[in-house]
Amino acid sequence: MTDTATATSSVLPEGWEMVIGLEVHCELHTATKLFCSCPNSFGDEPNANTCPTCLGLPGSLPVVNEQAVELAMRLGRALRCDVKRSIFARKNYFYPDQPKDYQISQYDLPTNEHGHLDLPSGLRVGITRAHIEEDTGKLNHVGGGGRIHDAAHSLVDYNRAGVPLVEIVSEPDLRTSEQAKEYVAELRAILLATGVSDAKMEEGSMRVDANVSVNRAGEPWGTRCEIKNLNSLRSLGRAIDHEALRQIQLLESGERIRQETRHWDEASGRTGTLRSKEDADDYRYFPEPDLVPLEPTSEDIARIDAALPPLPAARRATLAEAAGVETTDAAVVLAVQRDLDPLALGALGAGADAARVLTHIEHNLAVDGAEALSPEHLATLVKMETGGELTATQAKAVLAEMVETGQDPAAIAKAKGFEALDTGALEAIVDEVIAANPDEWETFRTGDDKARGKLTGFFMGQVMKASKGQADGKAATALLRTRAGL
Amino acid sequence: MSEPATAVEIATAVRSGERSARSVVEAHLAAIEAREADVHAFNLVTADAALARADEVDARVAAGEDPGPLAGVPIALKDNLCTTGVPTTCSSKILDGWRPPYDATVVQRLAAAGAVSVGKTNLDEFAMGSSTENSAFGPTKNPHDLTRVPGGSSGGSAAAVAAGFSPLGLGSDTGGSIRQPAAFCGIVGAKPTYGAVSRYGLVAFASSLDQIGPFATTVADAAVLLEAISGHDPLDSTSLPEAPLALTDHLTRGVEGLRVGVVKELLDAEGIAPDVQARTRAAVEALEAAGAKVEEVSVPAVIYGLSAYYLIAPAEASSNLARYDGVRYGLRVDAPTTGEMMDATRTAGFGPEVERRIMLGTYALSAGYYDAFYGKAQKVRTLIIRDFEAAYERCDVLLSPTAPTTAFPFGAKADPLAMYLNDVCTIPSNLAGHPAISVPFGTGDDGLPIGVQVMAPALAEGTMFQVAAALEAHLAEEGASS
Repeated sequence: MTDTATATSSVLPEGWEMVIGLEVHCELHTATKLFCSCPNSFGDEPNANTCPTCLGLPGSLPVVNEQAVELAMRLGRALRCDVKRSIFARKNYFYPDQPKDYQISQYDLPTNEHGHLDLPSGLRVGITRAHIEEDTGKLNHVGGGGRIHDAAHSLVDYNRAGVPLVEIVSEPDLRTSEQAKEYVAELRAILLATGVSDAKMEEGSMRVDANVSVNRAGEPWGTRCEIKNLNSLRSLGRAIDHEALRQIQLLESGERIRQETRHWDEASGRTGTLRSKEDADDYRYFPEPDLVPLEPTSEDIARIDAALPPLPAARRATLAEAAGVETTDAAVVLAVQRDLDPLALGALGAGADAARVLTHIEHNLAVDGAEALSPEHLATLVKMETGGELTATQAKAVLAEMVETGQDPAAIAKAKGFEALDTGALEAIVDEVIAANPDEWETFRTGDDKARGKLTGFFMGQVMKASKGQADGKAATALLRTRAGL
Repeated sequence: MSEPATAVEIATAVRSGERSARSVVEAHLAAIEAREADVHAFNLVTADAALARADEVDARVAAGEDPGPLAGVPIALKDNLCTTGVPTTCSSKILDGWRPPYDATVVQRLAAAGAVSVGKTNLDEFAMGSSTENSAFGPTKNPHDLTRVPGGSSGGSAAAVAAGFSPLGLGSDTGGSIRQPAAFCGIVGAKPTYGAVSRYGLVAFASSLDQIGPFATTVADAAVLLEAISGHDPLDSTSLPEAPLALTDHLTRGVEGLRVGVVKELLDAEGIAPDVQARTRAAVEALEAAGAKVEEVSVPAVIYGLSAYYLIAPAEASSNLARYDGVRYGLRVDAPTTGEMMDATRTAGFGPEVERRIMLGTYALSAGYYDAFYGKAQKVRTLIIRDFEAAYERCDVLLSPTAPTTAFPFGAKADPLAMYLNDVCTIPSNLAGHPAISVPFGTGDDGLPIGVQVMAPALAEGTMFQVAAALEAHLAEEGASS
């Protein structure tokens, strides 16, 4: 890969570096919860999806959901992890959203360990582990501004309690907030491609904790702080940058960084202390005696590997090769992120111009429903463009309607009355515009590149006005240059 | 007692229509009425539900159906087994008012076998204790001597069976909580192989050690009850895949040629009374006389069992009992913040022994101490299993006393350590996950019952019951000839 990620961030003052490691929690896309047969679904009436086991009633016992284990192992293999014998462990702490006052998680023997994730930019990020655990319930604080400390009372919804999660822990291999966002975006693409999770950050089915430290260039890494529960890529980037700057300010004023857990307040754009290391719970992990070890056989692993769908990196390579561009090409990266690579490949296969296809993918198809577009229709549209039947502007309008209606591009173009001017008509309009603006034309013809650049915009505006938007901008520009003898 | 009939006799009579389940239940309710005020075996007697259930059984018989192998047999359930809509207290204030919305698997299986629950029996709070003195609702008395404890923690079920309140009882055994009260009350009590009986619906004390098991007046009754409750349960991940145990065929096989080992370390353990040692030796001789090959064997690691147990069991308990936080069920003591509410609830709800074990267990699992305590205890557990395996290469079953003494007077073991020593012979089977049974084998110098323990490898309950039946037969002959 060519464009290797750089290790400097624009937001940091000269001479400072940051180190980032991420913990990503995401809900597994199972039919039922991790240890009982209650539905795993979002948005239901509070406490509708509960039973003695996920309520932690006395005498209830957990039974592990095979589908959850299968999905977790599938993710592990997609992240190139070792998938081995693993056990569940209890993480003990008291909290009202925690029905048993312990969480069934994994500790020293997680299901997946020692993997890696290759980012589109070429950076390889180590995956320390990806373990299985159950989610907690959800507290709703009533009165007093909705915070736990001054609420009149709190209500607990246990629908989420026992929902299966994987926690994916990265090595501290990230150096900028951009890389962190790229990592999460790529991880999300893998979760979607493998069907492991629907990874909806806005619904909380994917949440990110960021560990951030700073150090002066050439010096050892600093003390880290953890920012909890970031639920959008934008928050992630802002929180990391803010936290790094906060730490640098402290260090520059001679203070020390205390290891602590912080929360991100999106409204104020700041992080604040949640708890310091000294207050941290001792979770008293021990092997969960109510469950037996998970022992995948080599046949299980082979079966999972065989069933893995093409992963984003491979899909980028396929599309890049078909389009004759680099795998780091922005349109290629976006196409795979948005699941549009089958569309692009289909259109290319139908003989459409690669540059036009990628342009549409990158600029005109970042919308819902784009993946349902027919590759043949996209190819037809691109051919109409390259054949001069539609201008780029018209093609964009037609494309938008194709996404909406699924109709054939020729029919849409006809209905809209789009017809590109033939070459003769365009020449006539261009000559008319030149004749009407002799001074500008003289400058265009004889001036330097800068002046000509400015005037190109002027002439194009005149041409579009005269042609009522039907002129092909590219063809008109080329014609202007020919007339100027360039 | 007016109702000497065994469970097997009752079920036979009820299934054949010779006797109604209602008359059986009425007779036992009358026995409870007569003596429960003295014994205090029950936290709750469910007389009306029992009679209604008996009528159902009778209706099935009248309809020509077979209500099952325990048709019409009254049974007493330890009050840590969940029963739908019926308070399940674990003899703790903290579960005040809680009624489970579901039945334990064993309770369902008993119903399917035609048994009739007569009530929920007293126990040491959350099954933590060896005398039933730790109950929040007052102690149970030993029916043989009301000044003495019935043993524990399943003292209520043991006393109920010994007093003739019900021919059968269910207990749970984490470190001897079925076998020791069986010995103290002069009845049969068995702890099955770990995983042979589902734990679903048993309120957990120490999950890796807890097993539900039968109390009965005869070995055959205990066998029939264990058959009815055993077998795989998909709701318990630690449940073994095996089909229900088949035991009754073994009862008449005798012990000719069986290899029986007496565990030296347990027979000579600290605190084993001379009369208990004498009865254990008498049991060995009885088996030898019946054709068994007897030898003394060494299982060296069992001497560490007690120490390992008192780290593992409290550690698991500290986590299992965390959920009693006042948030959703049971006791809640209100306080300004959630954290303070949890503290106040737990302080008011748990008795001193439960508090002590939660503290011990929390400490044993703490960062920096885990390896030295919990980790080390698990290694001891592995050693005990290994030593047992070696002994079982030479022997089919092993023998030891069940408890160091006969039933002791109330208050005699006020020192927790003295109380813990009561479990020295029973704990190793829990740590190994092996089955063990206590069979009455005569009385001590004070005239109170003594039990002998028969231990067997995992899933060798058949052989274990075979030996238990032989001891029972010998005792009957001994009684007949004296």
